[in-house]
Amino acid sequence: MSMKFDRPMNWKELPAGCLIDEAATSLRFKTGDWRSMRPVWNSEKCIHCLLCWISCPDSAIKVENEKITGIDYNYCKGCGICASICPPKASAIEMIREEK
Amino acid sequence: MKTVAKTGNEAMAYAMKQINPDVVAAYPITPATEVVQIFSNYVADGEVDTEFVAVESEHSALSACVGASIAGGRVMTSTSSQGLALMHEILYIAAGNRLPIVIALVNRSLSAPINIHCDHSDTMGSREAGWMHLYCANSQEAYDSLIIALKTAEATAVPAIVSTDAFILSHAMERLEVLEYSDVQNFIGEYKPRFSALDLENPKTYGPLDLQDYFFEHKRAQIDDFSKVLDAYDKAAKDYAELSGRYYPAVEEYKTEGAEVAIFAAGSTADTAKEVVDDLREQGRKVGLVRMRMWRPLPVEQIKATLGKFKAVAVMDRSDTMADFGGPVFLETRGMLYDSEEKPLITDYVYGLGGRNIELTDIARVYDDIEQVANTGKIEKLITYLGVRGEK
Amino acid sequence: MATLKELSKRKEGLVGGHRACAGCGGSATIRQVLLAAGDKPTVVGIATGCMEVATTIFPYTAWNVNLVHNAFENSAATVSGIEAAYKVLKRKGKIKDDIQFIAFGGDGGTYDIGLQALSGAIERRHKMLYVCYDNEAYMNTGYQRSSATPYCAHTTTSPAGTKIPGKAQWRKDLTEIVIAHDPAYAAQATPGYYMDLIRKVEKALAADGPSFINVLSPCVPGWGYPSDQTVNISKLAVETLFWPLYEWQDGSYKINMKPREPKPLVDFLKLQARFRHLFKPGNEHLVEEFQAKVNRRWEVLLRKEQATSA
Repeated sequence: MSMKFDRPMNWKELPAGCLIDEAATSLRFKTGDWRSMRPVWNSEKCIHCLLCWISCPDSAIKVENEKITGIDYNYCKGCGICASICPPKASAIEMIREEK
Repeated sequence: MKTVAKTGNEAMAYAMKQINPDVVAAYPITPATEVVQIFSNYVADGEVDTEFVAVESEHSALSACVGASIAGGRVMTSTSSQGLALMHEILYIAAGNRLPIVIALVNRSLSAPINIHCDHSDTMGSREAGWMHLYCANSQEAYDSLIIALKTAEATAVPAIVSTDAFILSHAMERLEVLEYSDVQNFIGEYKPRFSALDLENPKTYGPLDLQDYFFEHKRAQIDDFSKVLDAYDKAAKDYAELSGRYYPAVEEYKTEGAEVAIFAAGSTADTAKEVVDDLREQGRKVGLVRMRMWRPLPVEQIKATLGKFKAVAVMDRSDTMADFGGPVFLETRGMLYDSEEKPLITDYVYGLGGRNIELTDIARVYDDIEQVANTGKIEKLITYLGVRGEK
Repeated sequence: MATLKELSKRKEGLVGGHRACAGCGGSATIRQVLLAAGDKPTVVGIATGCMEVATTIFPYTAWNVNLVHNAFENSAATVSGIEAAYKVLKRKGKIKDDIQFIAFGGDGGTYDIGLQALSGAIERRHKMLYVCYDNEAYMNTGYQRSSATPYCAHTTTSPAGTKIPGKAQWRKDLTEIVIAHDPAYAAQATPGYYMDLIRKVEKALAADGPSFINVLSPCVPGWGYPSDQTVNISKLAVETLFWPLYEWQDGSYKINMKPREPKPLVDFLKLQARFRHLFKPGNEHLVEEFQAKVNRRWEVLLRKEQATSA
C-alpha cells in the first residue's frame, strides 16, 4: 500500500511489477459526474425488495441491515435500471434531469 | 558431487528435478520434448513435489506459468523454436509483471521452411522481451546454468531463458558432474515471492491497464530492474563456482592473451572453435576466442573491455536480422564498441542456419580472413554467409 | 441458496468507480457472480476485454479480491496455473485457506480467441468456474462480430448493408461445446434472472471439478438500446426463447425457465438498434427464419432435457 493518488507517481514510486497493490481503489474515482439523469429514491415508498441493489452495475445502491438507505451519487452513472425495475406497486425511484 | 553421462536435455531435466519447482506447465516440441518427458517421469514417480500442468499449447504453457508465478510459486517450463514464438506475447507479460520464471530452452530455427535443427533465431527474436538469456556450450554448462539462472531470476524478479543447441547439445551424451540435491536446494534457497495472488489479506490487481499516464513509468521501472541483472548474475555465478568449482562468466575468454584477432561466438560453435584456436596457436598464430554466453542483458563493459583489445574480430551469428545488415550479435557488438577509443575492425559470419554443420575448416577459414583484415586494416567483405551453397 | 438480504451483507467483490458504460450488463454479471461467491475466499482471473479495461485503469481498480489479468486468450490457462500453484502450496502447508477460483472472459475471449485455452483447462479438470460474460460481439474494440454474435445482427464487421443484412451466420453454441467436455457443471444464465444466476454460481463452485456458466450480458452501446433497459432485455432474451436458461450436470439437462407462452422473438429484436434493419420492408423473411431457428433450437433443448431426465 504505497501508492499515491493525489498526484501522478514517478517511476521510482511505483509498486514493483505493474500491480495495483491495494483493493477497490476505484472508490477514489467518482463516476457520478457522468450522469445526465438522476435517480431519486423515496424512502416512504420503498419496499426494500433489493431488486435495484442486485441489478445496479455500479454498486451504487446503499444498503444497511438489509434495507435500502439511498443512492451513492459518487458512483451512480444515471443509467436508470433501478427506476425501470422498481416494482410498479412501489415506484420508489424516479429519474429526474440532472441540474448542471 | 557425482559424475554422470547425460544429454543436454537430460542434464536440464535433472537440474529441474533438483530445483524441484512448485509448478511446471509445458508442451512438447522437438528437440526439447525430452526435457518435459523426463520431468514428467520424475512427477509420476513422486521424485519431485511439482504440480505438472500438461497444457494444450506453448501459449497456455507460459500463460499457466504466469498464473502460477503470480500465485507465488517457483515456476519453470521448457520449449524451443515455434514454441517460444507462440509464447512471445506472454514473454513480455511475464517480464513486465516481474515473474522469475525460468525456461529450459533448446535453440532451433524458426519456420519457414520448417526445420527442427539448430540456429539461434528463436531466442534472438525474443531478445527485447525482458528476459535474461544464457547460451550454453555443453551439457555441463546447461545443467549448471539453469541453477544459476534460477537464483539470479529470483534475486532480481527478471525471468530467464537458458538454452542449448538443438541436437548438437540437446541429444549428445556427455560426461558431467552434478551436485547433490541438498546442495542445489541450499544454493537456491526457499523461494520468497514478492507478492502472491493467494495472499487473501492484501488483495491486489495484477496486470492492470495502463494508459498514457503510467505505461512509460512502468517500463522505466522495469528497465531499471533489468539493469541489476548483470551484477546479480555475477554474484550467483561466483557463489556457484565456490560450490561446484565451475565458474561461468557472462563473457568467456579463451586464449586471448597476446591475441591480435578473435572470433566472437556462442553455444556449441564456441567449443568447436576452441579446437581450432589450439591448433592455430601451436602454429604460432595470434588468435583467440571470446564466447558470448549472456546476451540479455548485454554485458556491455565486459564486451568492450574484451573485444576492444583486438585488431579485428569476426562475429559468428547463428541467425540473421533480415535487416540486410547481418546478424544480431554483429549489429549489437558494433553498437557497443562504437564509442570505444580502442576498437577492432568487425566482420560478421552468418552460419549454421537450420542446423547446417559448421566444420573446423570453416572456422579456420574465418581466422584466415580475420587475420587478413587485421594485417591490411581493410574489410573486403563485411558480412559473409558461411557454409551455404552458391556463396564464396 | 443465499437470499438477496443475505447477499446484501456480503462484501462487494466489484465496487463502484469503474469506467464501464452506464447500464453495463457485463458489470452487473460480474458483480452478481462475485456476490454469490462471496462467502468463501475467491481469486479471480480475467481476460482482456471491456470488463478488464473498465475496471483496472491504473492506479484505480474496482476489484475487492485478488484479480489476475494476463492477456486476451488465456484467462482459463492463467487460472489453471494459479490453481496448480494453489494445490502444491497447500500440500506444502504454505497456504491454509480453502480458495475458490473464477475465470472471466467476454465472448471474444471465450468463444473465439480463448476457446483452446478454455477447452484445455476443462479437459485437465482444473477446479475453477469459468464465467463467460457474453455480450455477443467485440464490444471493447468497437462492436465487431464474434462467433457469439447472433444471426442478422449488425456489427461494425458484419454491417447491415444493401446486399448483406448483418451477420450471415448463426452463432456458435459454446455451452454445448463445453458440455461435450463433460465438465462438473455447465449452465446458461443472464443477470435479469439474478436468483437463477446466483444459484448457478453456488452450484458451479460446489461442483467437484471445472464448471462453466455462459451469461448473456446485454451491452448498451453495442446492442443499441436505452441504458435503463438492460434488465428488461436480459429477461426478454429468456422469455422469447432467444437465450434459454438451462443447466447440465452428470449428463442431465434441466431447463430452468419454461415460459408458458413464449413471447415472439420480435419483442426482443425490436428494442435493439443492431436488429433495426430487420424491420425494413422486404426483410420480413429474415425475422421469420430467425424465429424458426430459435424455435427449432428450443425444441432440441426440450428433447435433450426429456431424453436425459432421470
